Amino acid sequence: MAKIQAVRPLDPPAVSPRTLVIAAAVVAGLLLLAYLVAFDQGAVSRSGMFLHELMHDGRHLLGVPCH
Amino acid sequence: MPLTARKVTFGQLLLRGLLAGLIAGLFAGTFAYFLGEPKVDAAIAIEEAQAGAGEPAGHSHDDEEALVSRDRQKGGLFLATGLYGVAMGGLLATAYTVLRRRLRTTDDARAALGLAGAALAGLVLVPFVKYPPNPPAVGDPSTIDQRTISYLSIVVIGLVAVWAGVLAFRSLRPGAAEVARLATGAGAFLLVVLVGYVLLPTIDEVPETFPPSLLYSFRLTSLGTQVTLWLTLGLAFAALLARLSTPAVREPEPVAV
Repeated sequence: MAKIQAVRPLDPPAVSPRTLVIAAAVVAGLLLLAYLVAFDQGAVSRSGMFLHELMHDGRHLLGVPCH
Repeated sequence: MPLTARKVTFGQLLLRGLLAGLIAGLFAGTFAYFLGEPKVDAAIAIEEAQAGAGEPAGHSHDDEEALVSRDRQKGGLFLATGLYGVAMGGLLATAYTVLRRRLRTTDDARAALGLAGAALAGLVLVPFVKYPPNPPAVGDPSTIDQRTISYLSIVVIGLVAVWAGVLAFRSLRPGAAEVARLATGAGAFLLVVLVGYVLLPTIDEVPETFPPSLLYSFRLTSLGTQVTLWLTLGLAFAALLARLSTPAVREPEPVAV
């Protein structure tokens, strides 16, 4: 039998209210992560300015206003 | 064998988005480490020279009193781009899950790359023109809140502009000339972008003494870092989806005895 296997398209889950609620929760978590990397000045991370300073170069090079 | 679509869950897609994001973040971090860090170092040297000349420094980069040393900041670069990539990868996978059925293509790779391209245009290119990234020593710390709000506003406007462009493109029937559809889409995109550019305040805090060539090369590498991140993210996500639709482990063939 030939080893060639056709690429089947993926069928993502139907966009039900349940999926949307889970997606919204995931988006909120990911935005918080992005906020911590890109914008936090010590307000959320509870580590003072440590995380801000640690990720300082990344913020500049990712084009986010830093200071 | 009929080409039936393979059912996938949101979790499966999300996991691949996060992984693609980590890969993309580390790629972008590597790009930024080799091409961007020399410019950050040069800008910090200028910042410290200014601070030494009596100007108040917004925050210190001096190794002796700094919270985080320069060497650790260079390691932190990979943490920053890695986590940022993971966040963007997860958002891309979520957008893919919610929007896949509305994307008028049967090709999953094309859908993934299209969404990544839309994000690149809306999140990176539109903001870059209005608020280009600044190296250390550029920017007044007292205006950081206002600059952050303006930056986030242009990000939102960039995404709305892409959305408007797609809607306008689709507003003409598929029978219409392709050039007309593309022109309508591009026109709607540019209209929203220009309104955003005019409404939002202009910010120019580059000191007169800052070397223009350093500013230019810093901004170019920053753009390169972000383009690297989104290109790699789109390609890696598309590749992981392709693996998902053609599993490496196949069910064993029935053996005739």
